Amino acid sequence: MMNRTLSRKLLGSMCGISNPRLSFAQSAVNTVRELEKDEPRPLYMDFQATTPMDPRVLDAMLPYQVNYYGNPHSRTHAYGWESESAMEKARKQVADLIGADPREIVFTSGATESNNMSIKQLEETIRPDTSLVSIMTVNNEIGVKQPIKEIGHLCRSKNVFFHTDAAQAVGKIPINVNDWKVDLMSISGHKLYGPKGIGALYLRRRPRIRIEPLQSGGGQERGLRSGTVPTPLAVGLGAACEIAQQELEYDHKHVTVLANRLVQKIMAAIPDVVLNGDPDQRYPGCVNLSFAYVEGESLLMALKDVALSSGSACTSASLEPSYVLRAIGTDEDLAHSSIRFGIGRFTTEDEVDYTVEKCVQQVKRLREMSPLWEMVQEGIDIKSIKWTQH
Amino acid sequence: MAASSREHVLSLYRLLLKESKKFPSYNYRTYALRRVRDAFRENRTVEDPKVVEELVKRARDGLALIQRQKWSSIIPTIGLRQVKLPACTASVSGVHRCVCVRVCCSVCGGVC
Repeated sequence: MMNRTLSRKLLGSMCGISNPRLSFAQSAVNTVRELEKDEPRPLYMDFQATTPMDPRVLDAMLPYQVNYYGNPHSRTHAYGWESESAMEKARKQVADLIGADPREIVFTSGATESNNMSIKQLEETIRPDTSLVSIMTVNNEIGVKQPIKEIGHLCRSKNVFFHTDAAQAVGKIPINVNDWKVDLMSISGHKLYGPKGIGALYLRRRPRIRIEPLQSGGGQERGLRSGTVPTPLAVGLGAACEIAQQELEYDHKHVTVLANRLVQKIMAAIPDVVLNGDPDQRYPGCVNLSFAYVEGESLLMALKDVALSSGSACTSASLEPSYVLRAIGTDEDLAHSSIRFGIGRFTTEDEVDYTVEKCVQQVKRLREMSPLWEMVQEGIDIKSIKWTQH
Repeated sequence: MAASSREHVLSLYRLLLKESKKFPSYNYRTYALRRVRDAFRENRTVEDPKVVEELVKRARDGLALIQRQKWSSIIPTIGLRQVKLPACTASVSGVHRCVCVRVCCSVCGGVC
């Protein structure tokens, strides 16, 4: 089944590619394999895909996994009361991080569920033209920050609801939902060193935003999202938010230093490297570089000691180049050779240096093998070549 | 106040560093060491006794946390191995640069 879909995609979008590339692309998609027996695990440089849990978060969660296991919605005994109070404390911690009121936070299973809940409202309130604007705060592929404050003010003035998916931004840049005039915001737990499987949706109370619940059941979370709130996960999310608030400036400084080191060292060592995305309005931890005359997937495979990605994890199964890069006007060939380096709280200088060294080494090696690169070295302008049809 | 005396703070600092080195995970270990050092360095010049007491309390809680968490992270990492970073010539005293953890070792992952 996989091969049929694969060959259809390839034949559709890449006519005329010779066989070696076909089998190579196949192996790129089928790289779900186990590590060899003694093969060491790679360095982790993919903080946009997910983040490891902070030990402080795990410390906060463990008691609720082991001892305080009550259902937070049980009203009749201490197990329920203590679980509920932990959940409400977590709610407050999440609210404090984004400058909201705890009553405006709904726990969900992740940012995707929060997004779906917000977008569904689009169908409920029919307005003459736009009824909801939805923007990503920080892009997960190139790290660019959107001018949310300006967009928020614009939406408020035009009486349009404004939703933002802040999964990559929460805990990394300062957020205030009132300053930004945001009406709905999606938060993801595992993007800010918290547990996987939990997220939150911020819903403004004044003016009141009404949404239709996605799942119905026992009426938990004020009827907006039925289902038992998983207390240990909620506690983890709350702890992660509190830690993020305390560590925001420190982490930002650390990540900026490391990101600059990575980019400058790579650019100093090899030519024809492009940093995708606005150089100023960006979150430094998401570095997306395009290496000309090198294919992205082959570079990723060559860098097997470092866990990287060539675009967002949610679209990594498809073979198309990143829609984000295409949207910002990157050349097709540069879009195919882009790699995303994710730097986070736990990244060290040694890891960055190692990544730079390996990256430079592999890019040089791959370029040696590339006939296009040979032509460029001889001074031929690639764009002026008329490729003949066979 | 004896609790916040210089000796006490210094011994707390040394204990924190010693416990941080016991994390088997490279990333947690290096983060803990770095964070502890930077936090103490940043608050070096604080004079107000109330603030000092608050900071000392936070340090003590942090120490307890590291002592608890290093155990809960040792068990899942039995047999965990990671890429060996090249040894750095400018090494920080007492911290191994190698990231291999071949066996469940409760001392800093020093079996290279």
